[in-house]
Order: sequence, then structure tokens, then C-alpha cells
Amino acid sequence: MRNAGFILSIAGFAVLVAAALLAPILAPHLPSEPVYQPYAPPGIGGLLGADSLGRDMLSRILYGLRYTLGIALLVSVLAAGAGVTLAFLAAFRRGWTDLLIGRLIDAVMSVPQIIFALVVLAVAGVSLTTLVLTMAVLEATLFYRVVRPVAGDIVAMDYVEVARLRGEGLGWYLFREILPNAAPTLIAEFGIRIAYAVLFISGLSFLGVGVQPPAADLGGLVRENALAISVGQLSPLAPAVCIALITLSVNGIVDWFIHKYSIRAELG
Amino acid sequence: MATFVLQIENLGIQAKRSTILEGISFDVTPGEIFGIIGESGAGKSTLAMATVGLLRAGCRRVAGSVRLAGKSLLDLSQADLERTRRRKVSYVAQSAAACFNPFYRLGEQVTELAALELGKSRAERQRLAADLFRELQLPDPERFGDRYPHQVSGGQLQRAMIAMALLNEPELIIFDEPTTALDVTTQLEVLRLIRKVVKGRGCGSIYISHDLAVVSQLADRVMVLRHGKVVEMGPTRDLIENPQAGYTRDLVANQTTTSSVPDPAASRPIVSVENLAAGYGRVSAIRDISLDLSSGHITCLVGESGSGKTTLARTIAGLVDLHAGVLRFKGSELPGRVERRDSETRRRLQYIHQLPDLALNPRQTIREVVGRPLAKFRGLRGAAAEHRLRELLRDVELPETFLDRVPGSLSGGQKQRVCIARALAAEPDVLICDEVTSALDPLVEESVIKLLLRLMKARPLTMLFITHNLALTRRFAHEVVVMQQGRIVEAGPASSVFSAPREAYTKKLLDSTPLMERGWLEARL
Repeated sequence: MRNAGFILSIAGFAVLVAAALLAPILAPHLPSEPVYQPYAPPGIGGLLGADSLGRDMLSRILYGLRYTLGIALLVSVLAAGAGVTLAFLAAFRRGWTDLLIGRLIDAVMSVPQIIFALVVLAVAGVSLTTLVLTMAVLEATLFYRVVRPVAGDIVAMDYVEVARLRGEGLGWYLFREILPNAAPTLIAEFGIRIAYAVLFISGLSFLGVGVQPPAADLGGLVRENALAISVGQLSPLAPAVCIALITLSVNGIVDWFIHKYSIRAELG
Repeated sequence: MATFVLQIENLGIQAKRSTILEGISFDVTPGEIFGIIGESGAGKSTLAMATVGLLRAGCRRVAGSVRLAGKSLLDLSQADLERTRRRKVSYVAQSAAACFNPFYRLGEQVTELAALELGKSRAERQRLAADLFRELQLPDPERFGDRYPHQVSGGQLQRAMIAMALLNEPELIIFDEPTTALDVTTQLEVLRLIRKVVKGRGCGSIYISHDLAVVSQLADRVMVLRHGKVVEMGPTRDLIENPQAGYTRDLVANQTTTSSVPDPAASRPIVSVENLAAGYGRVSAIRDISLDLSSGHITCLVGESGSGKTTLARTIAGLVDLHAGVLRFKGSELPGRVERRDSETRRRLQYIHQLPDLALNPRQTIREVVGRPLAKFRGLRGAAAEHRLRELLRDVELPETFLDRVPGSLSGGQKQRVCIARALAAEPDVLICDEVTSALDPLVEESVIKLLLRLMKARPLTMLFITHNLALTRRFAHEVVVMQQGRIVEAGPASSVFSAPREAYTKKLLDSTPLMERGWLEARL
């Protein structure tokens, strides 16, 4: 059962990633090119119909996937790198370092994510760079919160003390003693955060501060076509379903991984 | 039939794939203490649980019966089972600290069953609790119940748990290693009380332990359990004076033999400590410590928990803040913090932790664990390192195939051997062993001790061995240092400390250490 879910998830995710990578080949039209009547229904206006400007929905979704997946992965990698390193450092150094990093993270976390992002993007201006960096900072705080206690437990272990008695350097502690033992938590958290980053970027784009037109990610596509629902069109549902598929497949993979890793740990 | 409190016949319990218990038969009569002895994994706790009709998840009974006060427990309905359990049987667990809820007062918890089962009022419960606390000689019994678990000592908490066990006036009490976590002097008090209570009330009891000396003092009959099977069973004295099975003979011999510690040559001190005070933060946990470790000798550091013996060992290792005094190694002064010591000094002083589970990184193979000090301290890599790794594993009597395994797949004794190999890889002059055998079963402990002795013979090694086990010290030490409340109470050659202790505290410690000889406990009632 668990295996079936995993195979389905990994297949789903692979299809989505492949679709994003192969978008220029797969897409029947350019995403910005009006080729149909506005709101042409599926069949008449391409496989998934056309949007308000008569652009092909399928092509726009394929290109939108590139933005959504690309930004989510990039943000997660940056956030994991920063959050995990800070968490390890705080756990290992303790004292002032821990206090300073901890309170700084608290300060960022005390403002609701979406409002924080809105303010920063309003001030700094929306570009792909500011978008990714803002999201990475916000996501990094969540990584930190989860990893700091785990790292704290590991640092208290006698084997870390053995390394201290041996006189190991900081790199050895962080990446040879702590990291391997925090890995199961990290990988699980990384998967979950990718799913959240997808939702986050979709949310920002829906609010209009994400990917800017004429380009659009999946969230942007939902926004552009939201009006179509009122005229009885189902086209906004297609990008929304894509967002759901990404999160579900990532979750399925993470679940399977956690299950596998916890069994391994028991068997040693 | 009524003459038996508990009858177990041919009991067999299986988990998914393995057999946990097989062919267990015994009975307990009123007023009798029935001892069960065995190493970890022998099935002691599963058996204890089964006697109250409880099987752990995944376990099932494949044969036999458990009859408590005439009722076949494993055949009762859940409601009947619970009723029987509440009225007829009590269980005293190893760690009272883990069994009491820190949010409720002791009196409430001890008499909870009286409210649930008998509907007693608050005042009645208070009176009941006071009576029980008095019976167990707890201080200020009227008000003892007002305290919270963290406000009383470990021994008092264990006694409170026994009080709770007595509340329902059970026909059977199961004691599951109730004194294992206690210091010897506290253990003696609890042992006295258990004996008094069981004999006085005439209830049957099962006493589970891995400590043969303790069981031999308490139990009327003993059953030796190993790998889920009965090895031997009989009246305590017969079993100890005339053990039949090889395993029992080993267990008994383990308590009585005096291993031959090689006579130490007269030697100069390699580590010396002068007027040392050290501790965490501003509080000094140990003070006025002066001590010499003679090169080539085994110095045993003994004392009860909280006496500061581990702090002293960790101070020498450079893990505790030095507040006053001087540490010297081979004549030159040592910085207090290990970070300020040079690599050569670190290599020469090796520290082995108490719990190998925590001291080995679960994600590193044995090759990485032992190989790291080889690379770091001796610059060995590649084939030379591989060769030395194999030698080291052979030295600690582990097969070479273990090199590619991770600690999780090793037993406790094997893990501790890996820790010893890791320390030896540095080719140290001084080995600081912090209770390295206290988490191990008696026979495994013995084999690790023999290993350490053999290693000492083969190379010029000085050892500081921290332990609370005086019986072990007696067989093992050249010199003994006794600590209490952060100070050294007495120090000297082992022979003189044991035969003619000068200090009252040393005498008390020695006197409280259980022996197997007949009447030891009676003499202390």
C-alpha cells in the first residue's frame, strides 16, 4: 500500500518535472501568444481551453510549472542551507551565538509570513531575485525552528564530547557528527518545505506580488483566470489542480522516505 | 490450591519471530519471596508483565497458564482482569522517578486506587497514606504525602512506590529491579523494608534482579532465567552453595572470585592533582581534591551518586571548569580546558564514557569510529590504518568483520569494546574509565574487566576507574579513592582500605555492599 502510494507519487512528480523541463517542446504555442478566442472552451481552444486574452492554457501551465517548481526548489535549497547551518551553529556554540540567532529568527517569525513578504517586496520591488531571497529568508526561519532542537539533542551526545576531547574542528562537528544524525529530520523537513514553498509562491502570485505578467506561475494563472469561474468556465481549476498535484506527490515521497529511514534506524 | 498465590505452568510467549519465554513453570506461596535472576534480554520483564496478565504489543501466549489467586489471568475478560489486578496484585518498577507524575502530590498518587476502587474520601485517603508512609519509615508520615515527587530523594520515592503497592493489600507484589538505580546505602534500607513488609504481611512476592547478591539475601527460592528458559530453580541456599547448571556456576563464581591483579611496580605519579576545586558555572562540585595516579596502577574512584567522582574524572579529562588548584601530567602543568591542551596531551589522556550507546555515533561505521583517532593522532591512513584497525579489533576481542558495521547492530558489551578500541587507537598513557561496565550484565562486565586487565599487562597503561561497585573494586584496584559530597574521604592502597577502613563513611559503604553469605541481611536488620 505504502509502496503503491510512493510509486504513484514519484511518477507524478517525475511527470510534473519533465513537463516543466520540456515545456518548449511540449507546449503547442508560445505562452504569451493569443491564438484562440478569449475563453474558448477546451476542444475549440486547445486541450485545456483559452484564457481571457485567448492564450493557450496548456502552454501557459507548462511554462508556469517551470516558475513554480524552479522557484520552490531554489527557495528550499537556499532556506535549508541557511536555516540548517544557523541551527547547527547555535546548537553547537550555545551562549551568545545561540541567543542572538534565536531572537533574530523569532523577530522575523513574529510577523506573519505573507505580510512580511508583501512589505519587503513593496519596498524592494518585485523581481525574481528579491522574490526568491525574501521567500528563502522566511522559509529559513522555519527550517531553523525545526532543526535547532534536533541539533541540540545531538550536540548533548557523548560522541560529540569524544570529538571535542580529540580536538576536532567546527566543520567536523557540524558535518560529520551532527549532520548525519539530523539527516532523517532534515530530509523530511526539506520535502515538506518544498510543498509549502509551492503554496507560498502560488499565494504571492495570486496576490499579485509574485511572478509578474506577462509571465505567470501556477498561482498567477489561477488569479488571471479567477474571473472565468463566474462565467461558468473551469479553466482556473487546471493550474490549481497542478499545485495540488505537486504538494501531494512531494508529500507522498517524503512519507515513504520517513518510513524507510525510521525502519533502517531501528535495524541499525 | 489456596496455598499458592501464583501458579505459572509451562508458560510460553512469542513475539513475531522469536520466542521470548518457553516452558516457564513456578509457583509462589504466601509470605514467600521468589527471586528471578537473569541478564538483560532473558525475559524477566516479559515474565513479570505476564504475571499481571499483561502482554506487550506484538507478543502472544503460545502455551501454558498463569493463575493468580486461583483465577486464570490470561483467560479473563478485560474488565475481570482489571478488577483482579486492582485487588490482588501490585507492581513495583525499577525507576520510581519515571512512574510518578511530577504534577501531583505523592499522597494523591499513592492512594489513587483507594479512590477509584473503594470510593474513599479525601480524609480517609490521607489517613491511609500516613499509615503506609509510617510502615515504610518515611520521615514525617503525616505530611510526607503533601510533597511532590521531585521534593524527596530517590530512596524515599522508591519507598513511596512500595507504599502504593501495599495500598490494595495485594496477595502478590512484583518487585522489578526496585533497587538497581539506588546507591548501596539506600539500597540496604529498601531491601530491609521489602523484607519486613513481605514477611510481616504474609503476601507472596516476586523479586526480579540481575544482582545475585541482592537476590540471595532476600529470596527464599531463586529461578535463573536465560534466553527465555529456566536454567535452574531451587531454594536460594542450595542454588548458591551448590549450583548445578554451568551458567549458574559462572554467575556465582563471578561474585566470589578475586581476579589476580598484577602487582604494580613502585612507580612515580603520572597524573597529580593538588588542592583542586572544579565545577559547572560558579558552583564547585568538588573541592580540596589532592590525588596522584601512579603510573601502571589501577586507581578506583568510588562513591555514591552525587559524590563528585565523575566530575573529578571529567576535570582531569579537561571537560569541567577548574576553579582552584593545579593539574599536572608527567610533571608539567595541564590547562583546565581540553581546548587549551596540545594534541599530544589529548592523545595521552583518553576518556571512556559510561554509556557506549551515547558515546558512539550511530551513523558511523566501526571503521570510521576507530579509524578517526588513528588518522588524527598518529597520521595513519590507507593500508597502515587498515592493518592497525584489525589489530585493535583483535585486541578487544571483536571479529574483523565488525569494521563495516554500525553501532546499532552490536550488543552493549561489544559497543563498549569498540569504545575501548577507539581509546587504545590513540596509544594513551592514561585511560579514564567512567563507570564503563555499570550498564552491562554481570558476566559481560566481568569479560570487559578481564579485557582491561589483559590490556594493562600488555602495555604501559595507567587507569583511573570510576565505579560505584565496591565488589568490583575489591577484585580490581591497586589503589582506592573514596569520595563523598565532592571531597575525598579516604584514599590508599586497596588492600588497606578494604581490610582496615579508617573513615566511618568508608566502613558504611563497605558494610552496605551486598554479599552472598548467609545471614548478611539479617545481621543488618
